[in-house]
Amino acid sequence: MKLLGKLLAGAALSVALSVTAIGGMIERAEAAWSPKKPVEFIIMAGTGGGADQIARLLQGLIEKKKLSPRPFIPINKPGGSGAEALRYLKDKAGDDHTVLVTLNSFYTTPIIQKDLGVDISTFTPIGRMALDTFLLWVNTDRKDITSLESYVSAVKSAGNAWKVGGTGSGQEDSILTAMMEKEFGYKVTYIPFPGGGTVAKNLVGNHIDSTVNNPAEQNEFMRAGKSKPLVQFTPERMAAYPDVPTAKELGHDIVYFMQRSVNGPPGMSKEAQDWYINLFKTLFESDEWQKFCKEDGLTCEEWVAGADLAKFHEEQGRRHQELIESVGAAAITGE
Amino acid sequence: METILVSLAGGLAQAFEPINLMMIIIGCVVGLFVGAMPGLGSVNGVAILLPITFLVPPTAAIIFLAAVYYGAMYGGAISSITLGIPGASTAVATVFDGRPLAMSGRADKALTAAAIASFIGGTISVILFTLFAPPLAEFALKFGPAEEFALMVLAFATFIGLGGDDIPKTIFSILIGLVLATVGLDIISGKPRLIFFDAPGFLRGINFLVLAIGIYGIGEMLWTLETTGGKVIVHKVKMSWENFVGNVKSVKEYIGTTTLGSTLGYFVGTLPAAGATPASLMSYGLAKTFSKDPDSFGKGNVSGVAAPEAANNAASTGSMLPMITLGIPGSPTTAILLGGMIIWGLRPGPLLFTEKPDFVWGLIGSLYVANFFTVIINLAFIPIFVRVLTLPFTILAPVIFVLCIVGGFAPTQNMHDVWLMLLFGIAGYLLRKLNYPVAPAVLAIVLGPLAERSLRQSLLSSQGDVMIFFERPISAICIALAVGLMLYPIYLIMKKKKKADTADEASS
Repeated sequence: MKLLGKLLAGAALSVALSVTAIGGMIERAEAAWSPKKPVEFIIMAGTGGGADQIARLLQGLIEKKKLSPRPFIPINKPGGSGAEALRYLKDKAGDDHTVLVTLNSFYTTPIIQKDLGVDISTFTPIGRMALDTFLLWVNTDRKDITSLESYVSAVKSAGNAWKVGGTGSGQEDSILTAMMEKEFGYKVTYIPFPGGGTVAKNLVGNHIDSTVNNPAEQNEFMRAGKSKPLVQFTPERMAAYPDVPTAKELGHDIVYFMQRSVNGPPGMSKEAQDWYINLFKTLFESDEWQKFCKEDGLTCEEWVAGADLAKFHEEQGRRHQELIESVGAAAITGE
Repeated sequence: METILVSLAGGLAQAFEPINLMMIIIGCVVGLFVGAMPGLGSVNGVAILLPITFLVPPTAAIIFLAAVYYGAMYGGAISSITLGIPGASTAVATVFDGRPLAMSGRADKALTAAAIASFIGGTISVILFTLFAPPLAEFALKFGPAEEFALMVLAFATFIGLGGDDIPKTIFSILIGLVLATVGLDIISGKPRLIFFDAPGFLRGINFLVLAIGIYGIGEMLWTLETTGGKVIVHKVKMSWENFVGNVKSVKEYIGTTTLGSTLGYFVGTLPAAGATPASLMSYGLAKTFSKDPDSFGKGNVSGVAAPEAANNAASTGSMLPMITLGIPGSPTTAILLGGMIIWGLRPGPLLFTEKPDFVWGLIGSLYVANFFTVIINLAFIPIFVRVLTLPFTILAPVIFVLCIVGGFAPTQNMHDVWLMLLFGIAGYLLRKLNYPVAPAVLAIVLGPLAERSLRQSLLSSQGDVMIFFERPISAICIALAVGLMLYPIYLIMKKKKKADTADEASS
């Protein structure tokens, strides 16, 4: 009922506004920007992955809560580790009806694929919806591996034959794998699979030896007693894993996470940016989103938007530049 | 066993609850049309409809989406048969024989066979699902990259007989398909390969449906225009009750291939890598290899319609198994279903069966019911679909052309794919004029990337040792079967020759 009242009030207000607009105050009507056609909701990954799930959940919530006068249409542009999506967004400069849901390839792809000509600092920052975390997992059958120390010695004694499963060269988990190789001074065989779920299946089926999957991809197998976490790569222990040490505690400075944020093309109008910030803030604070974050093992505590998000992107971009330089782009792309 | 029956009864009761039953019927009808529209396959259909399901309880929602998925598997056959445009990637193999049947005025027979084979495929697979879900999930875990590659070799082997007699032309066709399959990003290193003219559209690779719609939709349209001169193809469609009963009774012609295709489809569907498209192609290949009259395939053999249709429905049920038990989608459509389940707060994984039995059994129960309703609805629509063919081709051709354009554009919403589709259409027409078989190219572009990925993964994990394919039991069995299948046509030729020789000797 309360919602209906709000809607009625909103409708009355918009009627009033349009009347005043007809009265000559056209600039007032322009200030209250809202989408005038369907919004393209670009996903820089394929269907079924984390970014895709998020986009579809957000689209559903926008529809359910009637937050936009025009629908959001999720479109997957997975080509080239996100290169296709970034290029598309760049070419959409000045468009107010296109937004992008990101992974960390938002930072790495422009660094690795220099000829792409994409500078993410020109994009219009909207809001950060979540941070995703990483843990090191092995099969529960590996009774000999109980800690990071026993893991490292197992990898070293296996020589190059230790098989780490991941979601593809240049993806977040391959960067983390390269960071670990550098820190512990070992070499592994990295095998890419089409998605985190398939990696989890191959770990449980003993086709690979370890992985650095996200919590959501592995939790159900942990609950079923099929895989176990050894280390978490967060600054502090997560509430969901009180008994798993962080790499930092063990004296290894490996902290890595993935951001999920929404960004517009370069040169999006201020009015549109404000409208989207408002929209995604409402979604971020909704019970549904917070519940999803909790169940999916995402961290969704702090809302970061607009200029703050730009600053965050700048830091992360720099950090990824350093990471790629220190481990070498070849270690990530597997050449 | 008893517990399974009790759970199943509960699931069926749940499926018959008014809201769920309504969802099944609406879902089946929507799915039928989604599947019949070229380009708007079950993947898009389920993705578009996903947000709507937030309005109903989770079980009803997943039942609705599963019914759409199911209906689309039936629907894909409709445009494949009547218009010669594959309605969905899973229905490409249905064109091979469905279209020739329609052109010779037996579209009703082909459509009935497609519907009945789909029903049988769906039923066999849902029974297998009910009885053997947990052990099969265990089995699916045993499938690593090496086993997947061996399965792909087996899939290629089933197609040896597909190319007809001209072996060099068949090999050429397969190679063209494999080259097209490598366009896009390297699976392992992520580096771009064969990006023609630096067009960004090629980064995504060549969508298999773009090739199939081009070759079959556009190519077939040009061919038909040339051969018929734009006249009416089929003057009169006999639609009578006797005819219908006759069509249904002819099920005995293809019951064998259908059963084989259903079982095969189910198993291939349960493996996370494959899905319904390879399953339907493999089923077609097997049906042809073991047919008493392999030469009639591709010219309008009703078994050639039944085999892929049974397999794609069976595989769509099969691909729900890894989704539910492992949380891994077995097909692109189940990937979206999986997203839906997560949004509703259902975590698929090894514990879902025990923790949310109502949901799982409700879904299984609904599959039985959905299967039953879809076949009824589908059979009821056949007289309408068949009328399409009585239109003059000068009217049909532009309709087909527009549908192809939509079909090329819809999956990726990119004009790049439309141009590519038109190009493939012209190429397909020319290949046909030159008597090249195009089915092997279609097969190669579907299986090529899957085979490449699993081959490279296997060799990475074995440090380059090819023995990995022979040392592991499941993969060794698949390879052995593949070798057997490849030699089988040669054996047949030898036998024929020997027979001819003895006949010669007898006459001389």
